[in-house]
Amino acid sequence: MIDTIQETENYAASYAALEGKRGSQDPAWLKQVRRSALDSFLRLGFPSTHDEEWRFTSVAPIARVPFQLAANAKAPDSATLAQWTFGSWPGIQLVFINGVFSRELSWNPAASTGLSAGSLAEAWATNPSSVQPHLARYARVSTEPFAALNTAFLSDGAFVRLPRGCVVDEPIHLIFLTSAEAARPQVCHPRVLVVAEANAQVRILESYASLGPGVCLTNAVTELVAEENAFVDHYKLQRESLEAFHVGTVQLHMGRSANVSTQTISLGGSLVRNHVNAVLDGEGGEATLNGFYLVNGRQHIDNHTCIDHAKPHCSSHELYKGILDGKAHGVFNGRIIVRPDAQKTDSKQTNKNLILSEEALVNTNPQLEIYADDVKCTHGATIGQLDADSIFYLRSRGIDLDSARHLLTYAFAGDFIHRLKIDPLRAALEASLFARLAEGREDV
Amino acid sequence: MLEIKNLHAGIGGKKILQGIDLKVNAGEVHAIMGPNGSGKSTLSQVLAGRETYVVTEGQVLYQGGDLLEMAPEERAREGIFMAFQYPVEIPGVNNTYFLKAALNAIRKHRGEPELDAMDFLKLVRSKVKLMEMDEGLINRSVNEGFSGGEKKRNEIFHMAVLDPRLAILDETDSGLDIDALKSVAKGVNALRSPQRAMIVITHYQRLLNYIVPDFVHVLSGGKIVKSGGKELALDLEAKGYGWLEEAV
Repeated sequence: MIDTIQETENYAASYAALEGKRGSQDPAWLKQVRRSALDSFLRLGFPSTHDEEWRFTSVAPIARVPFQLAANAKAPDSATLAQWTFGSWPGIQLVFINGVFSRELSWNPAASTGLSAGSLAEAWATNPSSVQPHLARYARVSTEPFAALNTAFLSDGAFVRLPRGCVVDEPIHLIFLTSAEAARPQVCHPRVLVVAEANAQVRILESYASLGPGVCLTNAVTELVAEENAFVDHYKLQRESLEAFHVGTVQLHMGRSANVSTQTISLGGSLVRNHVNAVLDGEGGEATLNGFYLVNGRQHIDNHTCIDHAKPHCSSHELYKGILDGKAHGVFNGRIIVRPDAQKTDSKQTNKNLILSEEALVNTNPQLEIYADDVKCTHGATIGQLDADSIFYLRSRGIDLDSARHLLTYAFAGDFIHRLKIDPLRAALEASLFARLAEGREDV
Repeated sequence: MLEIKNLHAGIGGKKILQGIDLKVNAGEVHAIMGPNGSGKSTLSQVLAGRETYVVTEGQVLYQGGDLLEMAPEERAREGIFMAFQYPVEIPGVNNTYFLKAALNAIRKHRGEPELDAMDFLKLVRSKVKLMEMDEGLINRSVNEGFSGGEKKRNEIFHMAVLDPRLAILDETDSGLDIDALKSVAKGVNALRSPQRAMIVITHYQRLLNYIVPDFVHVLSGGKIVKSGGKELALDLEAKGYGWLEEAV
């Protein structure tokens, strides 16, 4: 207990400092949201491995570091920024440094469709009625310590709102850069709120990267609301440094006949925990939760998903694929809740892991809670190595051993990669995979 | 081209081949027949370089070199091709892409220029026609969802593209209906040449009506118990394997 108090004290002090600085400019309701989130965090403390939800992931390496709230950092030069912008991006790109919107670095062509895309702080100041009904209403602030911590430090972030019927053709890219300094571990709490009103349609990529080496913690929360018949295709690409910690929540709230897919791609970070939660709160909704992780060395990657079928006639599809090398550790926990009301639910969950080394480890766990009787729920998990028969077959036609392994590894990732509907993202992911394959295996 | 001398081999401590001697020259087609468990597949796997099989005694010379010292891909690049009894399904690996990579690895080894996409496509088209194959299959994942006949046809199609010096057909006829058998045999016959040798391993004489061998060998108990001309296959058809096993 004493440890817990010491671990959280540091955050209480940072909170007080932030409140002292921002108190006068932020609306009272927001201060209340922050205050109650801080109380939740102090009450919950950091989770331990005795907590069932955190059984395979110890956050002790995060809890024991005295992180300082990342201050406004120097803007990266254009060459640095170019590493994270895919060369040419057809649509809006918004850049956030330590969670704070940077107008200078962002590119937002005049939107004629009624779309709002920009700073969350600006939105709650100028148009609170579009923010207040949603912000911190979906993420589980009272039960999830990291979501609570993020919310206690809400001071800016990304806000994307599509009014009724608004269709955005080009994808929106939200770039979150976390600054790191070797001597001074920093934490930032990026926040995203997406509201797609009825019949709206948009494709959004969030990408996370580190500015420089050094220990840092990115504690991100995204709330995404898809109202009736809205269509949202969402991607989260995490490619932070190998010293970075990343804890993230993507919380989806879906109305009637809404169609949302979210793809969670984890390449970087030393300790990564992703929560992706979907609540299907209207009839006929369709949720797709896909994920991909490519880890090596001592990376630890934990994907926890939860799909809550609250209403009838909804479907959900889930495909998580991971490639693990070195001493990497992967965790997948896929919870599916089918409420008594949610008849005719159709849900499918798959987790497949490819292990390239002797020492990589995976824990995978489907968790189905079904309270309705007329439903279809399937789940399956595999953990395996490259197939020896396939390798021999390729070699017997003249392909060398390394190339055969690469070809089969790429083929494993293929059915995730080919589903990505943003061309520059797909190309970048293929490049990352090829680069990782070319590095060779650590243990050989 | 190929000389097998007193070859002993097994898998997992079990001895299967117990002293095989066989000589194959360019231009010849040898059929190896035998009952189940006689060692037919072990022989083909050992020749292709499958590492799970262990050679305990004997020697295999291929074009004068020690075949057993070579990795599977080196054997392929030196011109050995095995058509698998059970071709492997490889989801996510495109049949054409794979074949192009294989062919270019072989060409590179031979000191020939690699084929570009256009020339490769031209080559593939001509071989697809030769094999009477459904062109759709070449753009699918390797063998994935193929029928038994399509898989075997795809093996011979690979062989046609890779143009080997020594082809080993491991029970290519098993499980094929007569139409599929005829068309696979037609493909194989089109590839017969004075420069190329073939070893046709089969359980059934039927295949040899369509691929007529120069020599027939009967494998039993891990040894070649009888060798002869194509008429030996007909004797086997009439009398079965029993009389040979008794004779041993």
